[in-house]
Amino acid sequence: MGWTVFVTRVLILSLLALSFDLVWGFAGILSFGQALFFGGAGYAVALMARDLGVSSAFLALPAAALVRLAFSLLIAALVLLGRRLASMIFVALGTLTGAYAGDRLARSWYYLGGQNGIPSISPLRAGSYELVEGVAFYYLAFGSLVIVYLICRFLVRSQFGLALAGMRDQETRVAFFGYRVQHLKTLVFALAGAIAGLAGGLYAFHEGFVWPNMLGVVLSTQIVLYALFGGVGTLVGAVIGVVVIEHVSFILSDRFPEVWPIILGVVLLLVIMFQPKGLVGLLVSERERAGSFGRRPR
Amino acid sequence: MPLLEACNVTKMFGELTALNQVSLTVGEHEVHGLIGPNGSGKSTLLKCIAGAESPTAGTIFFAGHDITEKPPEERARVGINIKFQITSVIPSLSVYDNVLLSLQAQSPLTSLIWSRTRQALHFRIMETLEHFRLAERMDECAGVLSHGEQELVEIAMALAPEPKLLLLDEPTAGMNLEERRITAELLRPIKDRCSVVIVEHDLDFIRDICDVLTVLDQGNVLDGGTVEEIQASKRVQEVYLARV
Repeated sequence: MGWTVFVTRVLILSLLALSFDLVWGFAGILSFGQALFFGGAGYAVALMARDLGVSSAFLALPAAALVRLAFSLLIAALVLLGRRLASMIFVALGTLTGAYAGDRLARSWYYLGGQNGIPSISPLRAGSYELVEGVAFYYLAFGSLVIVYLICRFLVRSQFGLALAGMRDQETRVAFFGYRVQHLKTLVFALAGAIAGLAGGLYAFHEGFVWPNMLGVVLSTQIVLYALFGGVGTLVGAVIGVVVIEHVSFILSDRFPEVWPIILGVVLLLVIMFQPKGLVGLLVSERERAGSFGRRPR
Repeated sequence: MPLLEACNVTKMFGELTALNQVSLTVGEHEVHGLIGPNGSGKSTLLKCIAGAESPTAGTIFFAGHDITEKPPEERARVGINIKFQITSVIPSLSVYDNVLLSLQAQSPLTSLIWSRTRQALHFRIMETLEHFRLAERMDECAGVLSHGEQELVEIAMALAPEPKLLLLDEPTAGMNLEERRITAELLRPIKDRCSVVIVEHDLDFIRDICDVLTVLDQGNVLDGGTVEEIQASKRVQEVYLARV
């Protein structure tokens, strides 16, 4: 049972890492605010369950994704849409500030439970069946990850993915081909926000409570590390990053309870310094990473 | 009606006047060369036409429409494409995908998501790659090509969408003599397809392919006319040709 809960948590965090890889690895948007969408969706489903009594998987999870989609569009309007293209630093600091503000708001607002968050969220339901942590929830998280991965894979390997690759590597240049760069960025940012929202909704029901750390800077940074460690711009790298980091953290915290964060930090630093393309970079060439887009005509 | 008409374009960078009331007219299927010493404002004028810089004053008309305030993507959509001085191919993408990237830019979003236009664009991509003698290397990463070949990929990317006006900023920069000769040979037939404005320092290259020249000096138009007229112009000889 313990492992099932742990692996389910890893699968949900993989969804979150996937959302970051989509915006950063494929669209070149350095979003330090993915936790804002993740935690925000967690709070949204917790409030729906607490105040409206809604805990149906068919309502709560799509609502989590849709609410975050709308919210990420709002954030995109603030940080991405403007007369000029927003610089990477501006977007990074803008989203980081959003995550910090979300964290502070949740901590100080009594309605959101303050420092303690919202405990005892009623279990997720599929009809009359309760999806509590365990095998059923594991399959739900696994299924969600597979579906989201396939959707992302389809997108980044389409001609749309080629437009994203061009935008990521030569943002200014592609505008001179006729691409509406800000529209493309907003679309990807919103989609990634929806994926982070789905992950946040699942996480809230899986853990049974939400708390301000789900929204903040620490988790946002952790997501960046997952993707960097596994290999950005590969999708699967983000998942590998979560699986490896979470397992290594689990083992290290058990064996070296006092110093495990330091050991993990050194390992991450070494990988990022000497293998900047992440673990996936050990397995595939640069050309394979770039891949192809759409089906090549015969 | 001329295809492009830049009227009294002025561009200031702080106190520096890069362009001072420069006017330029380009007709259909005309190859127009912009020459002048370094810092004369040639590239700045090209950037103002493409939308990379906003003129401080003046107006730019394209096909009779005022495009002075239009962003670059809107100018590309009405038929203005540019090849910048600094090569900006996507090094991690194949040569084929680089050309596809430029060709598909104006496809609707849903077509891009469902990869609907790739089949239809394949013929044009292959035609462009063959014209620029890049077909054999189409699957290689653009980043591994020589500088001269990357310049050709960049020109191919600008030309593939069949623009009405092609802006080329120093297309032979960094090329050896043989590469320049080949580039001139490849560019010569382009005037049948679109109008071209070229910024170039190589006067042999300019003589070879341009119909009309405008000479800039310190942000001002020094002279304009056919290649023969410019070659015979005493003002140009005094100010420009003596320096290069």
